Amino acid sequence: MGHGERTAFENPVIEWIDSRLPIFTMMQKEYGVFPTPKNFNYFWNFGAIAMFMLVTMIVTGIVLAMHYTANTHLAFDSVERIMRDVNGGWLLRYIHMNGASFFFIAVYIHIFRGMYYGSYKRPRELLWILGVAIFLLMMATAFIGYVLPWGQMSLWGATVITNLFSAIPLVGDSIVTLLWGGFSVDNPTLTRFFALHYLLPFVIFAVVFIHVWALHITGSNNPLGIDTKGPQDTVPFNPYYTIKDSFGLVVFLMLYALFIFFMPNALGHPDNYTPANPLVTPAHIVPEWYFLPFYAILRAITFSIDIPFTDITIITAKLGGVIAMFGSILLWFVLPWLDSHPIRSAKFRPVFRYFFLLLLADFIFLGYVGSQPADATMFGLPLSVFGLGATAYYFAFFIVILPWLSKHEKGRELPASIHEAVLAKNKKKAVEISE
Amino acid sequence: MTADSDDRRGFLMLTAGAMAAVGVGRMAAPMINSLNPAKDTLALSTTEVDLTQIPEGEARTVMWQGKPVFIKHRTPKEIEEAEDVDMANLIDKQTDDERVKKKQWLVVVGICTHLGCVPVGQKETDAHGDYDGWFCPCHGSHYDTSGRIRKGPAPRNLAVPPYEFLSDTVIKIG
Repeated sequence: MGHGERTAFENPVIEWIDSRLPIFTMMQKEYGVFPTPKNFNYFWNFGAIAMFMLVTMIVTGIVLAMHYTANTHLAFDSVERIMRDVNGGWLLRYIHMNGASFFFIAVYIHIFRGMYYGSYKRPRELLWILGVAIFLLMMATAFIGYVLPWGQMSLWGATVITNLFSAIPLVGDSIVTLLWGGFSVDNPTLTRFFALHYLLPFVIFAVVFIHVWALHITGSNNPLGIDTKGPQDTVPFNPYYTIKDSFGLVVFLMLYALFIFFMPNALGHPDNYTPANPLVTPAHIVPEWYFLPFYAILRAITFSIDIPFTDITIITAKLGGVIAMFGSILLWFVLPWLDSHPIRSAKFRPVFRYFFLLLLADFIFLGYVGSQPADATMFGLPLSVFGLGATAYYFAFFIVILPWLSKHEKGRELPASIHEAVLAKNKKKAVEISE
Repeated sequence: MTADSDDRRGFLMLTAGAMAAVGVGRMAAPMINSLNPAKDTLALSTTEVDLTQIPEGEARTVMWQGKPVFIKHRTPKEIEEAEDVDMANLIDKQTDDERVKKKQWLVVVGICTHLGCVPVGQKETDAHGDYDGWFCPCHGSHYDTSGRIRKGPAPRNLAVPPYEFLSDTVIKIG
């Protein structure tokens, strides 16, 4: 974004603007000729897809906000009015509602891609940290957005999640009262949640901007996890990745449209079509699917930590669950330092690859555990036992396995350059075809 | 510039910065405080209940400060169960006497101390948990006939709200 060498544009209008504010030069530099590793696979589409989803959510959200009323007496009906009376309101709401899910699908793939290929490692630590911050902001935004329709799940989800803060010793209850603006989740809570739900996406947008800025300083990682060494390793972003991203986006949007038009409520809960009732808790409170693994971690801690042989409890089960849940995400912030292995890509770290794929399975299993009622069983044992085991592996992966592997895993030999690896791969393919 | 003036300039920068921080904090305070319960919310803070409407063995739920309050007319058996408990077995140690004003009337806030769900057990046909009281369906906390936590993730007994008997049959909560 600096000044300095700037080649003149032929179009006089563009040139007039660019010589005063070099925005076209910047776009050309960052998205036109920007040198990008030439060996991306389709996992590298999901950053762009996530960006598209963010814009989709903001645009539909602004229009929905014009029809929505943030008042406990009116909110539920105003959402039903959007569904029935507002022109195309059903479509806007279904795009927005399922958009949250598809935003999270894109972001989860984006995050786990980053973990698999070691995108968080030097020199991209800050890029990664900004990404984790975006993820946390997304979680907050999605959670408070789910409260706005003021159905049963809205109210009770909000009650359960805000009550997490009451686990904080001494000041917990005051914090919860401050969050609620009263003594339960009620109208003051709804109005502030609406204000925040409108604000936070723009905060996300700002952090995404910084995230992309940081990306353009270090350049992208790639499936081999080795640095680009020269022009032979890269292609210009446009047209190569504008086209590849567009293609991936279209495939993604087909799946998204499938949900919007044919199964718009498949990812939601029927209970949220019942107006909120502060006297009756639904029999089975579950958060949206994208929170389930973390919800399972929260519920896995059912024991307190005591000083042995005394009655003194240091950490209650409730506080323990809350610490574990927040800790499971906060750990991501220090991931670049937990895993200090010099090789980035799991392609060349078979042991890491094995444990990582196990973590992925573990995370999905935690999601299943989180979706089940508190007293569910599996193989005749309480499901909470498996939840605790899965939680233990999750933490062991980050706290024990990664640091240990950093010191002891040998890893495979890295290719000399992206260019050579790509050539070798093409040659192998050519041989296979000729045979 | 001499070291002396550097020190003075540094000191002025520091004090000016500190004053600015205090100013920002002072301005932030009313905004954050405005999020605390407003006067009208605080005003809705007492509820009167006529107990003659609740036969023995039954329970009623009334609203107080936007929260459900359970009022249970306990049977002699339930009172006995509540009193006949080994303190060592309790998670949050409280005798039944500390939790009631009149033995047959148990008044507790019907909000699970874990994460704020409303436990079930107000109706005869509801689940009552392993201890004959209330059961929270969200995360499986069991409360006994004194509203004490006996099993599950909740850390504390169901809260006893401040209340007083205005007469033998009317209580004022709050």
